[in-house]
Amino acid sequence: MARKSHVQTTINDETVEFLCEPRQSLLEVLRDELHLTGAKEGCNNGNCGACSVILDGRLVNSCLVLGVETDGKSMETIEGLADPDKLHPIQDAFLENAALQCGICTPGFIMSAKALLDNNPNPTEHEVRYWLAGNLCRCTGYDKIVRAVLDAAEAT
Amino acid sequence: MSEKKEYKVIGTRPIRHDGVDKVTGRAIYGADFQITGLLHGRVLRSPHAHARIVSIDTSHAEAYPGVKGVVTAQDLPAAEDKMADLGEGAVNLKYLCDNILASDKVLYKGHAIAAVAATSPHIAEEACELIDVEYELLPPVLEVREAMEPDAPILHENLTTSSLGDEDDKPTNIASHLQHKKGDIEKGFDEADVVIERGFVTGTVHQGYIEPHNATAHYNQDGQLTVWCSTQGAFTVREQLAEILQYPVSKIKVVPLEIGGGFGGKINVYIKPVAALLAKKTGKPVKVLMNRADVFEGTGPTPASYITIKMGAKKDGKITAAQTSLAFEAGAYPGSPVGAGAMCVFAPYNIENVLIDGYDVVVNKPKSAPYRAPGATNAAFGTETVVDELAEELNIDPLELRLMNGAKEGDRRPDGPVYPRIGFIETLEAAKEHPHYTSANGKKYHGRGIASGFWFNIGLESSVTINVNPDGTINLVEGSTDIGGTRASIAMQAAEVLGIPAESVNPTVVDTNSIGYTAVTGGSRTTYATGYAAYEAAQDVVKQMKARAAKLWEVDEDNVQFADGEFSSINGKEEQMSFRDLSGKLSQTGGPVVGRATMDPAGAGGAFATHVVDVEVDVETGKVEILRYTATQDAGKAIHPSYVEGQIQGGVVQGIGWALNEEYIYNAEGEMTNASFLDYRMPTCLDLPMIDAVIVEVPNPGHPYGVRGVGEVPIVPPPAAIANAIYDAIGIRMTELPMSPDRLLKAMGKI
Repeated sequence: MARKSHVQTTINDETVEFLCEPRQSLLEVLRDELHLTGAKEGCNNGNCGACSVILDGRLVNSCLVLGVETDGKSMETIEGLADPDKLHPIQDAFLENAALQCGICTPGFIMSAKALLDNNPNPTEHEVRYWLAGNLCRCTGYDKIVRAVLDAAEAT
Repeated sequence: MSEKKEYKVIGTRPIRHDGVDKVTGRAIYGADFQITGLLHGRVLRSPHAHARIVSIDTSHAEAYPGVKGVVTAQDLPAAEDKMADLGEGAVNLKYLCDNILASDKVLYKGHAIAAVAATSPHIAEEACELIDVEYELLPPVLEVREAMEPDAPILHENLTTSSLGDEDDKPTNIASHLQHKKGDIEKGFDEADVVIERGFVTGTVHQGYIEPHNATAHYNQDGQLTVWCSTQGAFTVREQLAEILQYPVSKIKVVPLEIGGGFGGKINVYIKPVAALLAKKTGKPVKVLMNRADVFEGTGPTPASYITIKMGAKKDGKITAAQTSLAFEAGAYPGSPVGAGAMCVFAPYNIENVLIDGYDVVVNKPKSAPYRAPGATNAAFGTETVVDELAEELNIDPLELRLMNGAKEGDRRPDGPVYPRIGFIETLEAAKEHPHYTSANGKKYHGRGIASGFWFNIGLESSVTINVNPDGTINLVEGSTDIGGTRASIAMQAAEVLGIPAESVNPTVVDTNSIGYTAVTGGSRTTYATGYAAYEAAQDVVKQMKARAAKLWEVDEDNVQFADGEFSSINGKEEQMSFRDLSGKLSQTGGPVVGRATMDPAGAGGAFATHVVDVEVDVETGKVEILRYTATQDAGKAIHPSYVEGQIQGGVVQGIGWALNEEYIYNAEGEMTNASFLDYRMPTCLDLPMIDAVIVEVPNPGHPYGVRGVGEVPIVPPPAAIANAIYDAIGIRMTELPMSPDRLLKAMGKI
C-alpha cells in the first residue's frame, strides 16, 4: 500500500483535511473517507455523471479526479447546496416537477444544473440538453429533468 | 372516457415523501451503507465464455497482506440438482448456485468464480489477480438459432428439452418448448386475402440501471445473518439466500436500502450470497460492490431473440390468423421470459385462429433477467411491424386497422384468459385524436410510425400496517421497495380512505423482520397490490376508530359513519368528530389503533399503450433522429399523474435506446466488447425530444380506485413504432434491433 498523502481542501465552504492514497479518486475520498455519499458511483470512468461535483467553479466527474489533486482547491457537493432551512431552487424544481424516480442520478444532475445556471442563467431547452448530456438517467426519459432545470432558471 | 369519481387525494400531485432526502444526497442507497469493522469484497470473474474449471488455487491470494478470506463454490453447501420454490416459480437449485459461484464450468465471460474479502477494495482487487484458475476451453455458442442446431456446443450435459409436457432424453440447449393454440390456423390463413410473414432479430440489451449491484452482509455470533442491500424485493432476497446458503429464513434479515433503478434486473441475487459467505468466513461485515463492467458481464441482460411472425387478413381488414415462433436466449441457465412473450405477442388483437410456439434456449451469455415487460418488447417488434405491413397491403390506415381488430372486454387472449374491462381501443382513440397524429407529415426522409403494446401486470402478496398518531397523521409501514415514487402512490391511497392529506402519511419501507411477506416491486404491481393493501389497512383503521367513536358517544358501532375524514353518529344522537380529533383520543378509548392488511389480489388489470413517433433518417450517416413522440396509455386510474407520466416517459426512452443503439457486441470468443456506458450507448437527454405522455383512464374493476399497473407497457411499442416510422421515411423495413446507423446503411445498400 502506498504511503498516504495529507490533503487540505475546502468542501462546501468548510476547510477539510484528509489522508488518502495517491490512487484514490476524489469520489472514493468523498464517499469512503469523508462519508459524503451524495456523489454516487455509476460507472467509475466518467460516463454517467452520477458523481458530479463542482471543483474550483468547474463541473467535474469526481471519479476522474484524484483525491490528492484537490489540495488547496475548493469544491461544492450536493450536501452543501441547500440552506439549513430551505432547499436550493433547483432542488425545489426537481421535487415540483417530479424530476426523479429512483433518485440515484439526481445529485449529479442537480450539480450539473447548478454549474449550468452559474454559467448561463437563462438557457434554452437545447442548451439544457447539451449541458446535461454527460449525466445518464435511466428512469425518467429526461423530460421532467429538463423541465425542472428550465423552471429553476426562471425561479433564480 | 372514464367514470369520473370525485377524489380529494387521488389524482393530485403532492411532493413525494422521500423527495427531500433524494435531492439533498441524504438518502442512503445500498453502496452508501457503513458499519464498524467493515471489510471489502471483490469477485473474480471468468475471462472465458465457455470452459471447464480444472483447478482453482487461492493460496497466493490468501497470503496477500490485508486479505481476510477467500471463498469459492466449495464454500457453498452442496447443491442438489432439484427444484427450489422461490415464490415466483420453481428454479433448479444447482443452476441457481452455479450462477453465484461456478463449480465445474464457466458458462459466460464474467461468470463469478471466487471472491476475496480484504481491508480495502483495492487490496481485494489485487488479491483476485493472485487466484490461479486453470481452464479447459470449450467452444462457445452465442446465438439462439445456432444454439438450437443439433451439433451446437452443449452448455449443460444433463439438460434435455421439456416439450409440451414430455421430456426428451438427448442433451440439448433447448430447455423448453411451449405452445398456445386457438381456433384452426390453417383455416385462418385460407380465409385471408393477404398474408405477411417475416423473421425478426432482437439484440441482447441491459436494464441499464445507474446503480451497480451491492450487498453488505454480517453474521452475528448467534447465527443471525443480516444483509443490507438494494433490491426490488427484500423477501425474495431472503428466500434466495435461504436456498443458496441452505439457511433458515428465520435467521436471515434483509434490510432494503434505497435502490438506484432495477427494471427487473434487481430481483435475482448475484453478490448477496457471496457477501454472506465472506462474512461467515471472516467473522466481519463484508461489503461487495460491482463495477459497471461486472454489471454488464455478470448480471441479467434481457434476451436476444429470433422471432417469426405470420399474419393474414381479409380485404375488409379483419385479421383471420396469426402464427409465431419465439426463440429466446435464456443466457447460461434456463429461464428466459419466452412465456411472457407468448402471452403478449398477439394480445392486443381479437384473432380467431392463432398458433404460438415458444423456445427457451441456453447460450454462453449471462443468465437473463427480467427487463420491463420481459419478452413483450421482443414480440411486439415483430407483430406490430407485420400489422403495419398488412395495413399497407390492404390500403387501410394502420391505426384504423388496429381499431378494427383491437381486443375488447369479453374477447379471449390466445393463451386463455378472457379480458375483463380493458382500454386498448381508448388508447387508439386518444392517439387518433391527438394533434400529433393529425399534424402534417410529409417532408423528405421524415416518417411517422405507430405501434401498440400489451403487458398483463400482476398482483402477488403485499402487507401494510398503519399506526395512527395522536396528531391525526399515520405511519404507514410497507415492504415494497420504492423505485419510482411508490411511497407516494401507496400513501395517497390510504390518505384518500382516511380523508387526510397525502402529507399526513409517513410511509416507511422496512426490513423482512418488520412487515408481512411482500413480493417484489415488479410486474407493475406495487401501486396496484401494495396500494390495495394500504386501502384495506386504512379501512381497518376506519373500522377500529368507528368503535372508538361509538364508545365515546355511547352509541352502537353500527350507528357511526365515516365520510370525508369525519366520523358522525346517525340514528338519533348528533355527534361529529374529525379523524384528527378522534386520533387524539385513542389513549382514552382503549389504546393504540393499528390497521393491517395482507393481500394477494387476483384482479390485476392488463395495460395497453399506443405510441406515435416521427423520425428523420439521415441517409448519409444512417442515424435516426426522434423528432416527436406521443405515448397514450391506459393507467386505469392515475394515483399520482406526474409519476405515471414519468413511468411512461422513462419506458419510452428505454424503448428508444433498445430500438436505435443498445446491444451487447460480442467477438468470436464470446467476449462482450462494449461493457461500459461509453460503448453501450444508452440515450442521453441530447438524443431526445420531450415525450408527450397521454394518460387514458379506463378503471380496472379489480381495484377499488381502478388502478392498473403502469410501469412496464411503455417500453413495448417503441422499437416497432420507430421501425414503422423508418419505413415511412425511406421505404425500408428494418427487421433487426438495434436499428443502428451501420444497419441502416447496410439496409440502404450504402455499405
